Amino acid sequence: MHIHFLDPYHAGRSPIHQLDPRVKLVLAVAFILTASLLPFGAWPSYILLLALILSIELLTEMGIAYFLKRAFLALPFMLAALPLIFTVQGTPLATFTLGAWTFTISVEGVERVASIAFKSWVSVQMAIVLASTTSFPQLLAAMRALRIPKLLVAIFGLMWRYIFVLADEALRLLRARAARSGARRDAPYKTGGTLAWRARVTGGMAGSLLVRSFERGDRIYAAMAARGYDGETRTLPLPALQTWHWLVLGAGLIIYILIWLVGALIV
Amino acid sequence: MLSAPLAPPAMHIPDGFLSVFVAVTLWIVTIVIVAIALHRVSADLGERQVPMMGVLAAAIFAGQMLNFPVAGGTSGHLLGAALATILMGPWAAIIIMTCVLGIQGLIFQDGGLLAMGANIFNMGIVGVIVTHFVYRSVRALAGGKPWGIFVGGFLSAWLSVIIAALVTALELALSGTSPANIAVPAMGGIHILIGLGEGLITVGALAFLYFVRPDLLNVGEAKPAGASVWIAGLVVALAIALASPLASSFPDGLEWVAEQQGFLHIAQSAPYQIIPDYALPGIANKELATILAGIVGVLLVFGAAFGIAYARRKDRAPQAASRTLN
Repeated sequence: MHIHFLDPYHAGRSPIHQLDPRVKLVLAVAFILTASLLPFGAWPSYILLLALILSIELLTEMGIAYFLKRAFLALPFMLAALPLIFTVQGTPLATFTLGAWTFTISVEGVERVASIAFKSWVSVQMAIVLASTTSFPQLLAAMRALRIPKLLVAIFGLMWRYIFVLADEALRLLRARAARSGARRDAPYKTGGTLAWRARVTGGMAGSLLVRSFERGDRIYAAMAARGYDGETRTLPLPALQTWHWLVLGAGLIIYILIWLVGALIV
Repeated sequence: MLSAPLAPPAMHIPDGFLSVFVAVTLWIVTIVIVAIALHRVSADLGERQVPMMGVLAAAIFAGQMLNFPVAGGTSGHLLGAALATILMGPWAAIIIMTCVLGIQGLIFQDGGLLAMGANIFNMGIVGVIVTHFVYRSVRALAGGKPWGIFVGGFLSAWLSVIIAALVTALELALSGTSPANIAVPAMGGIHILIGLGEGLITVGALAFLYFVRPDLLNVGEAKPAGASVWIAGLVVALAIALASPLASSFPDGLEWVAEQQGFLHIAQSAPYQIIPDYALPGIANKELATILAGIVGVLLVFGAAFGIAYARRKDRAPQAASRTLN
C-alpha cells in the first residue's frame, strides 16, 4: 500500500488551476483574512463569502461535493466554541436546569458560535481549493517569490520528497505490528499487554523510524554532495507577473474589501 | 482510514477561531524565532541542514501516524516535538516542527493558514522550549545517570503537551471564541491525558535509542544550553502559571472579550467618521442587506456555473464537429 493518495492535489486545466501560484496564494490568504476580520453576525458578508467560494469551487471543475466533504475536517474544533452559547450574556433564548445548575442560552451566544463556525467553514474551503489546485512545486515557487527564507523553502521541498517515503515506512511498521499481534475477538480474553507495554512498543517503532531517517538523511546528503550540492538550491524563478495577473489580484482584493465594508458598515 | 494517518486535530487551531490581532501577533513572534533558529542551525549543520532537517521533518510527520489503542476506541499518538527537541536540540526542533505544522496546515488543512503562526508558536516553539527546559533540568539533576534520560523524557513530553494546550486555550479565550473559564481547564484536563500518551511513547522511543544508538542521545550534550533558552523557558512557564488561574477565575471569562468587542466597535466606527455619507441609506438595515447579499450570491454562483457549462460546450463543439466529419 502506498500513501500517495494523501496528496490532495488534483491535476486539471481549469482557470483556477492555471492561475499564477503567487496570485492564488495571496488571494487565498487574503480571503481568510477577510473572513477573520469580519465582526460576529455580519451575515450579509458571510453569504457573499460563501457565494464567492462556491463559485470558485465550481470554476475548479472538480465538483463542489469534494470540497464540502473535506471541509468538515475542522468541525471537531467547534467543541471549543460551543460553551459560548451559555457564557455570552444577552437576550435569553432558552433556560434549562440540570441538577443544581441552570443554563441559559443567549441569542448573542448562538449568533457568535454560528459566526465562528461559518468563518471557519468558508476559510477551510479556501485552503482546500488552494491545496487541491496548486501542485507542491508551484507552492514552493510562490513561497520563494513571497520572500519566505530560501533555506526554509528548500527544507520544505526536501521534506515533501520524503514525506511519502517515510509515511510508507510508518505504515509498514504499523502493518508489521498488526501482523504479529494476534487477538481473539471473543470477550473474556484480554490481549495486547498493559498500556505502558503498548506505548513502549509504539515508542520503539517511532525510535526505529527516527534512526532510519537519520541514516537516510546522511545518505541523501552524501548523494547530494556527490552531485555537486554546495548548500545552495538553485531554481528557475517564476516569470514576471503580467498585467492581467495584476488585474486579477487587484480585482480579488477589491472584492474582499467591498465584502468587508458591507459587514463592517451595516452590522 | 483516510483520516487515520493524519494527526488528531486536538490542538491545531483552524482559521476563523483567532482574532486577527492574536493571529498576526503570533505570526510575527513566530517569524522572528524561526529566523533565529534557521540562523543557528545553519551555523551548526552548514550545508547538511537542508537534507537533515527535511528528512527529519518528514519522519516526525510520518511518526504522527504511529498510534496505540488506549481504551474505548481512543488511541495515543506521537506529536513528536519532545522527541525532536531531545534528539536534535531546541533550534533544530523548532525548524522541524515549523515544517511539519506548515505542511499540515498548507496541504492537509490540519490547522488554518492565518492561524498557522499561532499553531507553530504553540506546538513548535512553546512545546520545544518547555521540553528543552524540563529535559535539561532533569538530566542535570540525574547527573549523567541513565534514569535522567527516561524521567526527563517522560516529564518533558508530558508537560510540553499540557502547556501547549493551555497556551492554545488562552489564545482562543483572548480571541473571544472560547470562554476562558471553560476552555482553559477543559483543554488542560484533556491534554493531561493526551500528554501521558506522548510521554509514554517518547520514553519508549528513548529506550529503543538508548540501546541501539546511544550516541544520538548525547547530541545536545556537548554544547551547554544557551542562557536565552533558559530565560525564555522561565518566562513562558511564569506567564502561563500566572495567566491560567487568572483566566479561569474570571466569573465570566468573556469580560475580557467584552472589552475587546468594545475596542473592535470603536475600530469599526472609524469609517463612518471619515466618510459619514457612506452608510448607504437604503441598505442600512440588516435584513434588507442580508436579502440583497443572498441575491448577489446566487447570481454569482449561477454565473460561475453558467460560465463553465458554456466553456465546456465550446470545448466539445469542435470535437463533435470532427466526429461528424469522420
